[in-house]
Amino acid sequence: MGVVVENLDLFWSGFLRTLLMSVAAGVIALLLGTVLAGFRVSPVPPLRALGTGYVNVVRNTPLTAVFVLVVFGLPQVDLTFQNYVLAAIVALSVYTSAFVCEVVRSGINSVAAGQAEAARALGLTFRQSLGTVVLPQAFRTVVPPLGNVWIALVKNTSIAGGGFAVADIAFYGPSIIRDNPGSALWVFAGVAFFYMVITVPSAIAISRIERRTAIVR
Amino acid sequence: MRITRYAAALAAAGVVLAGCSSEAGDQAEDAAGNTVDVQEDVEFEAGTTMAELAEAGTITVGTKFDQPGFGLVGPDGEPEGFDVEMAKIVAAELGIAPEDIEWVETVSANREPFLQNGQVDMVVATYTINDARKEIIDFAGPYYEAGQDIMVAAGNPLGVTGPESFPDIRTCSVNGSTPAQYVQTNYPDAQLTLFGEYSQCAEALRNGQVDAVTTDNVILTGLVAQSDGDFELVGNAFTEEPYGIGIPKGDDEFRAFINDTLEEAYESGTWADAWDATAGAITDTEAPEPPAVDRY
Repeated sequence: MGVVVENLDLFWSGFLRTLLMSVAAGVIALLLGTVLAGFRVSPVPPLRALGTGYVNVVRNTPLTAVFVLVVFGLPQVDLTFQNYVLAAIVALSVYTSAFVCEVVRSGINSVAAGQAEAARALGLTFRQSLGTVVLPQAFRTVVPPLGNVWIALVKNTSIAGGGFAVADIAFYGPSIIRDNPGSALWVFAGVAFFYMVITVPSAIAISRIERRTAIVR
Repeated sequence: MRITRYAAALAAAGVVLAGCSSEAGDQAEDAAGNTVDVQEDVEFEAGTTMAELAEAGTITVGTKFDQPGFGLVGPDGEPEGFDVEMAKIVAAELGIAPEDIEWVETVSANREPFLQNGQVDMVVATYTINDARKEIIDFAGPYYEAGQDIMVAAGNPLGVTGPESFPDIRTCSVNGSTPAQYVQTNYPDAQLTLFGEYSQCAEALRNGQVDAVTTDNVILTGLVAQSDGDFELVGNAFTEEPYGIGIPKGDDEFRAFINDTLEEAYESGTWADAWDATAGAITDTEAPEPPAVDRY
């Protein structure tokens, strides 16, 4: 336990970077995923195919492979991220948005068809009816699965620190263990603790939001 | 240079083919014959680790599975390399044939816990002897002395000369490794990128995302040999990294036994043969002078 306290400054700076990656990738993935879900239910076949193709390719790719492609693959087409935090945010956003898309799409499908039909009858366009009538109801039903995606995302950021040059919480583990041989279990316990500092309050917040937004049927 | 490398590869292929052509039963014997003969009638004082292992007829060895020339698992699932040969030499002296060795992958972070928990009997894994580690485990050897060096793109475009260049270049190493620690401690203003594996550093160097890769010279020579002439070694080793065989703390008899075995291997030439068959073959280098065993 002493080894965690002694290295609190490292854990803290890693914690801030983990939080930055999680929030940035979370916001981007939520926006991108929602747009993709819109594509998947849109009346335009090419857009539907694009959404479906994206989900099927990205959701079935291991996150580490996505990282390798972004960090080492894009530079080969002259697109180099000078900042590895930025590269990590891109990889995490690309990956997570596929999951967000499916969650939001399931929410859209849970909204009674009559709602969309009524919106159309009032003369709203597809985009208007989706944005003002369907999505607000859809999001209320998908709070728990979106929370799952968020918590998975927070923990997925550790791939960036574990192997892709981002100094996050997971990153400092190996060097602290190197400097304190025999302390591996405590160091990993410390790593787990700092992730839980993000995930446990998130879980509590999610269940609050869930209660507040629940639709009484 | 390239011709000799092909020649070495051909020679290595020849060895493999020779192994294939012999009877299946002889094959393992041949492989062991490359380095050392397995002792037939071994006897050790009752109660010692050696007696227990000889009695069991098997030994569990931790080694790296991803280190060309030292410990690398090929398509056949069997690790090969200089560390692997060292373990075979020790096992042979215990009367244990190479096929009776159980290999366990160890990475830098789990070597001490594996020894402390008794999950492995010994660790031969490019394992640098240092005082912090000696507090919780013991080391036999050293059986090899590496040194930290720098790898750059072919032609050395930035004129890297040695560690004094670190502040001016973007350097890559592996997170949690001792070479990374050396740079962080001695050149705090160096621009250091830390990936999870050396192969990733090599990829970053190829892409121009970093200017140099630093770690032990034996690891770098393996990467240079695989790079098709894209990389070169600066060749100015600036640290001493004595590689030892890790064993559980306090087993002085086992440690003395391994040290004796290593010294015998130095004298009989099996140590040099092991080098020529593994790390020496891929880096195209002669076996160096073996380091003196440290009986602390």
